[in-house]
Amino acid sequence: MHLRFSPAPSSARIAPAHAVVRVLLAASALLFVLVTSAAAQEPPYFVTYSSALEEPGNLEVSFKGTTGTPKNGNTFTGGALEFEYGVKAWWTTEFYLDGQSTRNDSTLLTGFRWENRFRPLMREHWINPVIYVEYENLNQASRSILEVTGHQSQSDYAIPNQFARVEIEREMELKLILSSNFKGWNLSENFITEKEINESEPWEFGYAIGVSRPLSLLASKRNCTFCRENFSAGAEAYGGLGDTNGFGWKQTSQYLGPTVQFNIPKGPTLFFSPQFGLNANSVPVLYRFSVSYEVQQIGNWFKRKR
Amino acid sequence: MMTTKVERKDNAKQLRAAVLACALVGCMALADGSWLKKVPADYHSRTNPYAGQADAIAGGGKLFADHCAKCHGADALGTEKKPSLRSERVQKEATEGDIFWLLKNGNLAKGMPTWSSIPEPSRWEIVAYVRSLGPADATTGANSVEEKKR
Repeated sequence: MHLRFSPAPSSARIAPAHAVVRVLLAASALLFVLVTSAAAQEPPYFVTYSSALEEPGNLEVSFKGTTGTPKNGNTFTGGALEFEYGVKAWWTTEFYLDGQSTRNDSTLLTGFRWENRFRPLMREHWINPVIYVEYENLNQASRSILEVTGHQSQSDYAIPNQFARVEIEREMELKLILSSNFKGWNLSENFITEKEINESEPWEFGYAIGVSRPLSLLASKRNCTFCRENFSAGAEAYGGLGDTNGFGWKQTSQYLGPTVQFNIPKGPTLFFSPQFGLNANSVPVLYRFSVSYEVQQIGNWFKRKR
Repeated sequence: MMTTKVERKDNAKQLRAAVLACALVGCMALADGSWLKKVPADYHSRTNPYAGQADAIAGGGKLFADHCAKCHGADALGTEKKPSLRSERVQKEATEGDIFWLLKNGNLAKGMPTWSSIPEPSRWEIVAYVRSLGPADATTGANSVEEKKR
């Protein structure tokens, strides 16, 4: 059962968390200025993963934001600061710091995630599988919505932070990522399963599907910022599939929306997507945005110059 | 049976030496060209539709700078760990189709990622650019970082 709360304003601001969020944002801004970056080869998805892994030795720092207004709730902005590192050509590891800010309520850190993605097959095929394993330590105030599983509903996002932050969820999440590249198109499908390990909860399920294509398949000869080759567009759909006690589309949220990506040459990559709730359990519209910078061969920074 | 402190130290030394030897062999294998034997015949015989085209070479140069230069060097002569792309093997022995296949599949076990998410025409542009550079000895007299050091 999901409790509904009225959006009563809270005066309890969590100052230390606010300061940490500011420091994290300042650190990412500093990276933006200092690093030599390159466009990552990831498709423009927010929830769906493709088979593209981080190149070995590269570090991608990105900030993913999600804002929306649930029915009977306050407008929230969830954020995840990601550090993605290519350990091997077939193994990428990623650490997230998760936080959120809710209007008329508070700003707080909501926990962390650590994920690993492995490519079991060493060559490219029509369908390329990737195994995804993640450990999450998040409280219920998290609003990043990096996946939808089980019976997640917009009423979960209407719970005031002072109540939601008390409930800590430690979960293992497994995904089977399938991805195909054909004539410039990328088609990716994710099957998600999640299990809370600190409470006796059923296995929860979800899915995500994305399709995208760059606006141009050829790189132009001149250096240009707004060339078509620097843009990708596509669409993404995702939602819950219930749990072991009740599998299916009912009593869970579903989203669908267009998505666009802009690779600024020698700069960051920007992503944007309005995603529309497809049923009464979904937030009517989620606006998603992301900025990412890829720092190439970060290990070289720490090597002694000869 | 109890092992003495000295025996344990010796064992640790031997283990370290074995690990070091494996790492050296691994590094040497990076540039051994064994990937060439894995290329299927239909890829081996493919030709680059953009070969020699100035626009494609320029476009490929941009992509190379963005995705490849950090590992293989801005001049494609290789870096400490990553091989030169201006070696006789890449410039003469391998066909354009071979290089295209390597870009698509990578050599994951040896650190070369797959670039299959770069659209096929753009991958051919990269091949056109790499081939336009020619063997290194024609310009610098050196084939790789190692040879330059000698």
